Amino acid sequence: MKRLFPILSIVTAILLAYALYQALVIAPTDLQQGDVYRIIYYHVPSAWTAFLLFFINFIASVQYLASAKPSSRTAAKWIVLAIGIGGAIACFLPQVQHRLPPGMRPSAVATTVLAIPAFYFLIGKFFPGEQLDVLAVTSAEVGVVFCTIVLVTGPIWARPVWGIWWAPGDIRLTSTLVLWLIYVSYLVLRRFSTSAQTQTLAAALAVFGALDVPLVYLSIWFFRTQHPQPVIGGGGSMDPRMLHVLLINWLAFLCFGFLVCWSRYRLELLHREVEEAHAMKSLEGGTPTKTSLPLNRSPQ
Amino acid sequence: MNSLCAVTLATLKKDIRLEWRSKDALNSMLFFSLLVVVIFAFAFDPLAEESRQIAGGLIWVAFLFAAAVALNQTWARELRNQVLDAYRVSPAPANALFLAKALGNFIFVSVLEALMAPLFVVFYNLHVLGPVWQLIPIAILGTWALVVNGTFFAAMSLRTRSREIMLPLLLFPISIPAVLGMVAGTTAVLTGDNPAQFYIVLLLTYDVVFTTACLGLFETVLHAE
Repeated sequence: MKRLFPILSIVTAILLAYALYQALVIAPTDLQQGDVYRIIYYHVPSAWTAFLLFFINFIASVQYLASAKPSSRTAAKWIVLAIGIGGAIACFLPQVQHRLPPGMRPSAVATTVLAIPAFYFLIGKFFPGEQLDVLAVTSAEVGVVFCTIVLVTGPIWARPVWGIWWAPGDIRLTSTLVLWLIYVSYLVLRRFSTSAQTQTLAAALAVFGALDVPLVYLSIWFFRTQHPQPVIGGGGSMDPRMLHVLLINWLAFLCFGFLVCWSRYRLELLHREVEEAHAMKSLEGGTPTKTSLPLNRSPQ
Repeated sequence: MNSLCAVTLATLKKDIRLEWRSKDALNSMLFFSLLVVVIFAFAFDPLAEESRQIAGGLIWVAFLFAAAVALNQTWARELRNQVLDAYRVSPAPANALFLAKALGNFIFVSVLEALMAPLFVVFYNLHVLGPVWQLIPIAILGTWALVVNGTFFAAMSLRTRSREIMLPLLLFPISIPAVLGMVAGTTAVLTGDNPAQFYIVLLLTYDVVFTTACLGLFETVLHAE
């Protein structure tokens, strides 16, 4: 594990450099927008990474809340299974199929729905107990950073293309902004909490945040159909060469995000162990021996 | 079920009696929202047509800020003499306490709205063009949306440093869809341009979702000392 980290760092650095070269030199220039469109290679991969991290945070928070009692753990397990299987089957029913937005294939939606139980059980397996909370705080912090990149690069692109920095009432812009606000308040709560159960409070807030996002989406969706706004991206299909570069960039950003999460995760684990050691020290009234301070511990 | 109702009623009665005697929350809310109304009136100085467009936003922003003032005091009262600790060890259902507090806040904020709404009409020369009765469900559902999450987050912010400022920081981001629904719904009724039914349904959905979430998680938050 310890040797994997530097190897992964080198791979990520090479990938990022290659993706930068691809995005700035190899990718063809857009016919209408010119070179300014190239920001998409940073904007979209950051957005996907941020949403993935927020999703992981939500799953970890639900797991953490559910793991408090054995009964709720069993109930949550069945509910998640029911959501995954029921949702995947529902996508193929004709009544649901024609309600899906045009261009969205039922099989793609079903795969996304099946990702919920898959993530739930994988996270529960690999991150037992308190590590769930460490995962939640890590993914929230890194997610906020990526989401900030999205919110900064968006207006830089929108100004020359749309003529405005920000389109208030646009569905994607507003829901991303609200998501960012919710996760900033999540981090503020963690910072300001004096409770010994900060984890529980933060997990409850994460659940509230996740419930909020579909409602924001719903409210602004109606809002926008009433007051038409500029449409993102102009729709239509993408040049396969551009898509290729975009996917390479996403892979590079995912590797980078994973790397940052990993080191933050280790840091948080060490931080908690140091805190625990200090607490033990003040309880015992003596000085801890050097071996009890786990500063040179290797992660399992 | 019976014990839930009994405890809810008893706590609610106690809160209303305390409020009736001191009038702390109501007075501070009233004066605060009056100040907001007056300052907005000076800041914008709108014509009748403009005021119809912006009044929905102003009135709900004023109520949102005023409600935050009252919500901050909800649990502070229970901290004195360790009432909350006593509640925690008692066998009474935690949700009864939550429901009582949320209902109490709902009553206080509703009284505030009933008193402030005429003032708004006077200050902004409002003349409603849409169906007026639709303002009632919007007000009821919107107020409940604010107080149910507000009561929950006030309980959460009890365990933080500088809790007075924590409540708005937690409450406002989560309340954005509800505020959007209230403001857009009220503006729709005031201007009579488009139907407000969608916003009523949106607020109803928001209320159902978050009331369920609050009742499901309140016990965890109450015991997270």
